[in-house]
Amino acid sequence: MATTTKGSAVLTLPSDTEILVTREINAPRHLVWKVLTEPDLIKRWWAGQRGTVTDVTVDLRVGGTWRYVMTADGGFEVAFHGEYRELDAPAGMVQTEVFEGMPDGDSEPSLNYYTLTEQDGRTTMTVRTVVSGKDVRDMIIATGMEGGMQEAYDLLEELAADLASRS
Amino acid sequence: MARAATTTDAYNAVAEPRRREILDALAGGELAVGDLTELLGLAQPQVSKHLRVLREVGLVDVRDDGRRRLYRVNAAPLRAVHAWVGRYERLWNERFDLIDDVLDELTEAEAHTEVEAETGRGD
Repeated sequence: MATTTKGSAVLTLPSDTEILVTREINAPRHLVWKVLTEPDLIKRWWAGQRGTVTDVTVDLRVGGTWRYVMTADGGFEVAFHGEYRELDAPAGMVQTEVFEGMPDGDSEPSLNYYTLTEQDGRTTMTVRTVVSGKDVRDMIIATGMEGGMQEAYDLLEELAADLASRS
Repeated sequence: MARAATTTDAYNAVAEPRRREILDALAGGELAVGDLTELLGLAQPQVSKHLRVLREVGLVDVRDDGRRRLYRVNAAPLRAVHAWVGRYERLWNERFDLIDDVLDELTEAEAHTEVEAETGRGD
């Protein structure tokens, strides 16, 4: 498995259309579950440092939908929505995720698998994102670049840096 | 999701841990197959197989040096992998940092509630 040391999340590539993020959190999982599912709490973390979440709707039941809207730091609005496919509070959930901003309509849905395991009051959270195909993966790359979000953090961090200096 | 049977691009190629080890080894400079088998403790046919995959997706170039064939890394295809993965990693680290903040508050609030409950029972 590929692991990386940047930040504290461990990232691996199970296949060429999947990304797995693992992170240990210093809190019991029933609280982590709240953070992942309650609108007022989702607003506080979902955008990362890229903007402000302005609207969150959550219909937390299998077949229910979610939608998050954020205003990115560049001023433009970005929205994602999806459907809850499986819910097993507080152990995990499966949801679809669609990016609404593509010029030719919504993207194909990605699937996000969340798992929460607790030990001694700490929680290990994993998020596995499976994109529907390489075209979606390539779209994600393009979107990241458009938003000026390309950062120097990478899976093969030392390697890539090393290579860039050689080529 | 079943893994694709054939390796078609750089993403798939670096999804295999042995191939990343080979890339890591080659990042230090050109090497022959024999050097790699020694460094990684792998059988020569395995190393050759991985090198073939890496060459097919353009991650590794080869040149002849007398009787030896020397392999080296080609960085360009890695940049796309880098872009895809880097975006996720950065975003999730930002998110986790904020999640930590939210959870600090929730944990504290919960501890308060418990103390109050206990105080209540004590009355």
